[in-house]
Amino acid sequence: MDNVNTVLSARGLRKYYGGQAVVDGLDISIRRGECFGLLGPNGAGKTTTLRLLLGLITPDAGELRLLDHAVPEQSRAARLRVGVVPQMDNLDPDFSVAENLLVYGRYFGMSDAAIEARLPELLEFANLAQKRDAKIPTLSGGMKRRLTLARALVNDPEVIFLDEPTIGLDPQARHLIWQRLRELTARGKTLLLTTHFMDEAERLCHRLAVMDNGRIISEGSPRELIGRNIEPQVVEVFGEGAAEWARSHAAHHAQRFEISGETVFCYVGDAQPLLLELQRQPELRYLHRPANLEDVFLKLTGREMRE
Amino acid sequence: MISHFSLPRLSLRFIPIWRRNFMVWKKMAGSSILGHLADPVIYMLGLGYGLGGMLPEIGGMPYITFLAAGTVCYSTMNSASFEVLYSGFTRMHEQRTWEAILNTPITLDDIVFSEIVWAASKSLLSGLAVLAVIWLLGLSHSPLTLWLIPLSLLVGLCFASLGLIMTAIAPGYDFFMYYFTLIITPMVLLCGVFFPVDRLPPLLQTVSSILPLTHAIDLARPLLNDVIPANFLWHIAALLGYALAGFYVSLVLLRKRLSQ
Repeated sequence: MDNVNTVLSARGLRKYYGGQAVVDGLDISIRRGECFGLLGPNGAGKTTTLRLLLGLITPDAGELRLLDHAVPEQSRAARLRVGVVPQMDNLDPDFSVAENLLVYGRYFGMSDAAIEARLPELLEFANLAQKRDAKIPTLSGGMKRRLTLARALVNDPEVIFLDEPTIGLDPQARHLIWQRLRELTARGKTLLLTTHFMDEAERLCHRLAVMDNGRIISEGSPRELIGRNIEPQVVEVFGEGAAEWARSHAAHHAQRFEISGETVFCYVGDAQPLLLELQRQPELRYLHRPANLEDVFLKLTGREMRE
Repeated sequence: MISHFSLPRLSLRFIPIWRRNFMVWKKMAGSSILGHLADPVIYMLGLGYGLGGMLPEIGGMPYITFLAAGTVCYSTMNSASFEVLYSGFTRMHEQRTWEAILNTPITLDDIVFSEIVWAASKSLLSGLAVLAVIWLLGLSHSPLTLWLIPLSLLVGLCFASLGLIMTAIAPGYDFFMYYFTLIITPMVLLCGVFFPVDRLPPLLQTVSSILPLTHAIDLARPLLNDVIPANFLWHIAALLGYALAGFYVSLVLLRKRLSQ
């Protein structure tokens, strides 16, 4: 380990499936108390990376330490101090909310009394105190996610892995999860989350790694990533003539532009000359905004669909 | 490097999983008892008295007693098989219960072991139910029938381990029909549940002699008749051998399946 504050470090991590590298030489180092985001399009290798880090699958190459334990050799000991929120719901449908927490706590070797003592706090944290005895199929999607989060905290873990924690949730439910995750980092927990929601990454993560084809292609704080990878201003130009206009004029006013369907994305350091030009084109509509993480993401991983 | 083929590494962490399954079972104990316990008993009584009324004694015992020995083994086999196939597949695939457990300090080896022990526990319950009926009806007064209790557990371990191989390779629930139709049902007819094996053609008798259910029945039937089974060590070893081989093969297959 590089220093005492590193809770997770991976060097040269590789995993092949059928001769294809799904994780291809990954280096990650996560410090205590930070929220680290792993961004990437579908199939980038995020979930496989999480499974490697937890010791659930064996890497084909690389060195891995989690909470001072070699993984996968000592992953059992490491997982004692880790909580996991999986992407797919896997709560026990036959049990009530409280029973789910009880049964899960036993997997960590906790006594029933120790789990019972933690229940009120966990239910409170998940906003489920009123639902203590409710059956899982009666819960909403947001409630199930919050219960899954509470379940991941039953052993009071130091590190929490979250795989797409807000996927499929409505905005209200997402905001509540975000608030809870911020509370966890405020309490000193280390969070590792995968997401492909850029607003989620920008709001929550202290540091991010953009992953594609099993490799990290850029890493840093959200601001650093934007500053390093992309021009600070974006002007989106829409309308039927937008693409035609862009082919003849955009290069004069923007450092870089991309045509995507009927929208032209112009990336500029100073937007004024471009805005003046656009004011002379009444048939075009436009939106001027600062560059964000999504622009970085699309620049780094491309605009084509991943399926 | 951890290989799929390494020997099982067991720990006591399988116990919380057993308790989880027991907690689920308690919630549905009524239908479970009716389905897995009452059903074989009804068959045994119906066939035993109905068919038994037309038959002379078989092997020195009334037909219903003969059938009772087969029923103990048959119903313990079924309990374990249904549990690891249908319920086990639900826990592994449909409900992703295993996935949730694997994120805790529990390993796949613990989970597979817990599945087998849990299924054997249900076999034990089936065995006890049939045994209770045997005692209540006075079909046997031998204290040797107490040995049917550990035998039920052993038969459960054996068929749970073998059934789990099917679970490990199953793409879906429909796949289990192959196992029941092509393996379990022929085995029931070949292994002497309903009629003595020596009624079969010699070739089928040879096949029968290597099947696990035959070993189970060769132990159960003499015990009900107050006789210490001939070659009992051999039969126990055969059942244990099937259990251990099934455990290892299913574990290797499941390690492969779950590392995809």
